Amino acid sequence: MRAYLPAYEMETPRDLEAALGRMASEPGVWRPFAGGTDLMVLLEAGKLPHQKFLNIWNLAELRGMEVSSEHVTLGALTTYTEVQRNKTLLREFPLLCRAAAETGSVATQNRGTLGGNIANASPAADSPPALIVYDAEIEIVSAGGSRWVHYASFHTEYKKMNLHAGELIRRIRLLRTHAQWKQYFRKVGTRRAQAISKICFAGAARVEAGRIADVRIALGSVAPTVLHAVRVEELLRGQRPGSAVLQAAQDALNAEIAPIDDMRSTAPYRRNVARNLLAEFLEVLAG
Amino acid sequence: MPERARKIRVSCVVNGGAASFEAYPMARLLDVLREELKLTGTKEGCGEGECGACSIEMDGALVNSCLVPALQAQGTKIRTIEGLAIGGSLHAVQQAFLTHGGAQCGICTPGMILAAANLLARYPQPDDAQIREGLSGNLCRCTGYMKIFESVVAAVRRAETRA
Amino acid sequence: METRVIGKSVPRKEGRKKVTGRARYVDDLSFPGMLHGVTVRSPAARGRIRAIRFEGEIPWHEFTVVTAKDIPGKNCIALLIEDQPCLAAEFVNHPEEAIVLLAHHDKYLLEEARRAVRIEIEPLPAIFSIEDSRARKEIIWGQDNIFKSFCVDKGDVDGAWASAAFVVEGRYETGAQEQLYIEPQGMIAQVSEAEGVTVWGSLQCPHYVHKALMVLFGLPRERIRVVQTETGGGFGGKEEYPSMIAAHAALLARKSGRPVKIIYDRAEDMVATTKRHPSRTRHVTALSRDGRLLAMDIDFTVDGGAYETLSPVVLSRGTIHAAGPYACPNVRIRSRAVATNAPPHGAFRGFGAPQSVFALERHLDRVAEAVGIAPDELRRRNFIREGQTLAVGQVVKEKVDMNGLMERAFALSGYHAKRKKFAAANSDPRGAIKKGIGFASFLHGAGFTGSGEEYLASEVAMEAMADGTVHILAGSTEMGQGTNTIFAQIAAEALRLDCEQIKIIQPDTAYVANSGPTVASRTAMIVGKLVETAGLGLLKSLTDGEFLQPGYTAADFSRACGEYVAKHGPLKTFVKYEHPRDLHWDDLKYSGDAYGAYAWAVYVAEVSVDIRTAEVRVNDFVAVQEVGKVINPVLAAGQIEGGVAQGIGFALYENVVWQEGRMVNAQMTNYVMPTSVDLPAIRVYFEEIPYGRGPAGAKGLGELPLDGTAPAIANAIAQATGVDVRQIPITAETLLEMLEGVHA
Repeated sequence: MRAYLPAYEMETPRDLEAALGRMASEPGVWRPFAGGTDLMVLLEAGKLPHQKFLNIWNLAELRGMEVSSEHVTLGALTTYTEVQRNKTLLREFPLLCRAAAETGSVATQNRGTLGGNIANASPAADSPPALIVYDAEIEIVSAGGSRWVHYASFHTEYKKMNLHAGELIRRIRLLRTHAQWKQYFRKVGTRRAQAISKICFAGAARVEAGRIADVRIALGSVAPTVLHAVRVEELLRGQRPGSAVLQAAQDALNAEIAPIDDMRSTAPYRRNVARNLLAEFLEVLAG
Repeated sequence: MPERARKIRVSCVVNGGAASFEAYPMARLLDVLREELKLTGTKEGCGEGECGACSIEMDGALVNSCLVPALQAQGTKIRTIEGLAIGGSLHAVQQAFLTHGGAQCGICTPGMILAAANLLARYPQPDDAQIREGLSGNLCRCTGYMKIFESVVAAVRRAETRA
Repeated sequence: METRVIGKSVPRKEGRKKVTGRARYVDDLSFPGMLHGVTVRSPAARGRIRAIRFEGEIPWHEFTVVTAKDIPGKNCIALLIEDQPCLAAEFVNHPEEAIVLLAHHDKYLLEEARRAVRIEIEPLPAIFSIEDSRARKEIIWGQDNIFKSFCVDKGDVDGAWASAAFVVEGRYETGAQEQLYIEPQGMIAQVSEAEGVTVWGSLQCPHYVHKALMVLFGLPRERIRVVQTETGGGFGGKEEYPSMIAAHAALLARKSGRPVKIIYDRAEDMVATTKRHPSRTRHVTALSRDGRLLAMDIDFTVDGGAYETLSPVVLSRGTIHAAGPYACPNVRIRSRAVATNAPPHGAFRGFGAPQSVFALERHLDRVAEAVGIAPDELRRRNFIREGQTLAVGQVVKEKVDMNGLMERAFALSGYHAKRKKFAAANSDPRGAIKKGIGFASFLHGAGFTGSGEEYLASEVAMEAMADGTVHILAGSTEMGQGTNTIFAQIAAEALRLDCEQIKIIQPDTAYVANSGPTVASRTAMIVGKLVETAGLGLLKSLTDGEFLQPGYTAADFSRACGEYVAKHGPLKTFVKYEHPRDLHWDDLKYSGDAYGAYAWAVYVAEVSVDIRTAEVRVNDFVAVQEVGKVINPVLAAGQIEGGVAQGIGFALYENVVWQEGRMVNAQMTNYVMPTSVDLPAIRVYFEEIPYGRGPAGAKGLGELPLDGTAPAIANAIAQATGVDVRQIPITAETLLEMLEGVHA
C-alpha cells in the first residue's frame, strides 16, 4: 500500500441530490467513488492523484433496472454480477452479459459497475463495445439538471469524455430492438479468466434475405478510445456476409483502428486479430 | 504533509459479532481487518484485486478486501476465514481442503476457501465449469488447482450425505 | 514391504492451521515498538552514485536512515562468493538495486518518504542481453562477464560428424520466469547487545540467511539467530533473496534499536527479487541412418544478471541435464553463466534444467522429423538403460525403464490415436482450431550435484521427550511442499508410531540442526533419510537399554521414553550425512556420479490452437514418473500438479517484459499466471521403484515437473500448427506472427 492515506478524504452523501450539491459546490474537486475496482488499484500503487471522493455506492437513485416496452434502463451502479443475472438482458443483450461475465473475477463482478466502467474511460474496458453496439444512451445528471447522450460519442480521446465537472452518470438506456439480431462477442486476453483485453470485438447485425440490413460493430483496445467501426458498418450494409465483402471490410477496419504496442500485446497482433475476428463475425452472420 | 482526512469510526458486523474501529476513510478493509481487528487470516497477495488472497464475504457477496475502503464497510455484515468454523468444528469446505490436499503453502487458502464456500452458497451442486469459474479470481501457485477442485467436490458430497 | 504410514495420504501436518487462517506468516506478526522498513532503489541500470538527497516536507528527523556506511561488517550478501553488496555504496549495477533504507512507525508516511529520496546517478553504459554480454560490448563483471563456465566431454564429438547420416542443428531460447509465490517476501529483525541479531521471516534456507548475517555484522555464529515463519510458497524464490531482506531489516533494527519489519508489496517483489535465468541453447546432433545418436554438441548459456548469486550452480544443473536420459557415445557440453545489468536471476524450481531440457526435447522432435521417424521412435532407440553411461560419465545403476514410462503415458493419453486423428483434421484448411499432442521425456537428479551433499554434510537431530512425543530438529523448511508431513511419516514409520506423536520443531538456527537448504529436490530423499536414521537410532537406544521390547504399543513407547529420560537424561540422536563411498565426482573434469538418484518421467500434452488469435489451450495433460517410493500420494500428486501448472505458465503465459534491465509488467495483472479456468485436467501417475538409499525407498520429485512440461506443450503446438517453436513463452503475439509465415 503506497498511498499516503491521510491525504484522501471520502464522504457518504445521504442521497443523489446531496451528492450533486457537493459536486456543484466545489466543481471538479469531488470524484464519485463506486465499487472501487479501478480507483483502489491506483490508490494502492500510490498513483491516485485525486484526493476527495464521494462514496456513491449506496445511492438508491443510481441502482435498479427498469424494463419498458421500448427500453431497458440500468442504474449506473448496476454491477457485472447483476447484469449476468437479469433474464431480459440475457435474452436480448447477450453481448453485455458476455462482457460482464468476462470482466475480472467473481469478486470484481460483485463490485464493478457499468457506470464505473464507463467513467474510468479505459480503451480496454469490456462492456463499452457492447454498449456501443446496442446504441446505448446515458443519462448525465448534475445539480443543474439532466441530459441524455449517445454513448457512442461519449468518449472523445484517450481517457477523455463528454462529462463535465459536477456531472455524474446516472443511468444507461438500451433500446430493445436487437433481440432478433445476430450477435457476436469475443474478448482476447492472455488467459481465459480475469484478463485485461488485448482486443475485444462486439458486433450485431440484422440479416434479412441473406443481406446485412443493419449492423453495429465496436472494438476495445485498438484505439485511444473504445472504437465504433462506422466505416466498416457503412461498407457492410446491404451486402451479403461472405468472402466477397470480407477483404474490403477488413481493409476498412484496418484503416479505422490505431492499435499500439504495449506491455500486454503488439500493434501487429491487434491488427491481425481484429481482421480475423471480423471474418469470424461475418461467418456468424452467414451461418 | 498534506493532511485532510481524519479518521472515522466505522461499525459493522464481523463474523457474527458487532465490531467497531477507527480508520482513515480510504484505508483498505484488508488492513483494518488485519491490524485493527487482528483477523490476520485474510492475506495480501497482490494489492490490486487480482489474486483473491484477501477475499472475504461482505453482505453475502465475495469481495476483494484490498479494494474496499473502510468507509464502505459501515453497516455491512462481513465474514472472514475466522468466521467459518463453528466452535472446534470445521466448515465442510475447510475439512475437505484438509483431507484432499487443497492447501499447500496455505497463503491463498483462506481466500480460496471463502470463494469456494461462497460458490456453494450460490450453486450447491456446481459442475466442473462452475467450480472453475467460481474460483478463477483466486490464484494458487502451489496446487495447479486440481486438489482444490477435488476438495470442493468432496465438500459437496459431504453436504449431500449429511442432508 | 508393509508400511504403517509411508505411502498413506495422511493429512498435512500444519493443515488445520492453514484452513482456519490461524497459520502465522511473517506479516501476521507484530512486535511491541516495531517500525516498518522500506528500501530506496536505483533508478538506473548502471552508474556511479553522485548524490542522495532527502527532499520534500518529510520530518526526516523521525526516520531511521541506513546507507552502506552503517554496515558493521562486510558490505555483501555472502553466498557462494561475496560480490553482491547489501547496499550499493558507490556504483549500481542493476535497476532497483538497494541504496538507502528507511524505517518509521507510520507505514503510510514511510511511503511518502520513500518517494522523497532523490538518488542522482551518473550513468555508465550497460548491457541487457546474453549476446551483448558474450560479445563483451562492455565488461561489467570480472574480466570477461562470465560468472562460471563448464565443459562436459564424453567420447569424441569431433570424430563423429564424418560418419553421421544426419546432422541437425537448432537454437532455442527460454525467458525469465517469476516464482510468484502468493506470499510476498518479508522479514522482521531485532538487534540487541544482549541477544545479537534475530530475524524472523519467509524463507527456504535459514542457514543461508544465518551465514549472510554473520558476514554482514561480523558476528560469531551464536550471535545470529534465524527463525522461519510459515512460508507462503518459495519455489526457489525464497532461497537466496531472503538474506538480502533480512540484512536490510537487521541494519535498520540495529540503528533504530527497535524491531523492524520489511514486507515487500507485489510490485517491489516482482521488480527487485530474482527470476528464472533466461537461456540460449544451441544443439548440433549427429545421428546414424537408423536414428541412433552419434554425437550431441550442446552450447548452453544463462543470463545471471548483475551479480553471481547462485548462477554457477544453476548453470551446473542446467548443464548436467542438457543431454537428457539418452545414451549417446559422444557428448560435448559447453556452458556459461554471463553477467548483464538486470537484477540477479536466481533459483527457481528446476534450477537451470527446465531451460536446457526445453531445448533438448524440442530439438529431438525436430531431429526425428529430419531423420524421418516418429518422435517416440527416436527416443525409444536412444533411451538410456541400466548400465549405460550418461553424458557426465555416470553409469546408471538404477532400474530405469523410460520406454515403459513412455508407453504408459501414451496409453493414458491416447497419444497415438490422437496424433493420427489430429494430423488428419488439421489438414482441413477451413478449420480455425488446430489440435496437437506432444510429449517430452526427461530425468531430474535429486539432491545437490556431485560432491555437493558431501560438502553440505547435513545434520538432523531427533529428541524423544519424557511424554513420548518425538521432536524432529532440522533446518529443512515447510513452504507448502509437505516437509513437515513427510518427515513425520518417515519418523513415525521408523519408530512404529502414528504421525500425531511426532512434532516438527520450527526451523530456528538457535535450536535445530543444519540439515542443509530446502532446495534441489533433496529434502525427502537426503534429509528424509537422515530422519529415518535418527528415528532408528532413538529406537535402538530404547531397545538396547531394554526400555522397550519388540511389538510395543504407542503407550509402551511413551512409558519407555519417560523411563529412559528419568534414568539417563535427554534422549536425543544426531545424524550426519555420509556420502556413499561408491559415488564419485570429479569437479575439475565435471564428470562422475552427478546425483545419487534420478527421477524419470514422460509427460504428454494435448493442445488446441485457435489460428485466428493464436490462443493456445492445453486440453489434457498426462504426467507419468518414476520417483521411488511415494511417501504421501496426495502430497506427491499435488507437487506434480502444481509443478505442471507452473510449467504451463512457463510455456505459454508468463512473459517478463524488460526495459533496460527492469521488469515493466511487475503486477499480477500484467504478468499473467494460469487461473483455474486456464488449466486442463492434470493427470498424475507414479511408478514406484524403491531407491535403496532413500527413506523407505523415496527419491526427490519437487523440481521434476518443471522440466518436461514446456517442451511437451511446444511439441504439441508444433504438431497442431506446423510452426517450428524455438522459444518460450510462446505468446500469442509471436505465434500469430509465425502462423502467418506458415499459412501465407
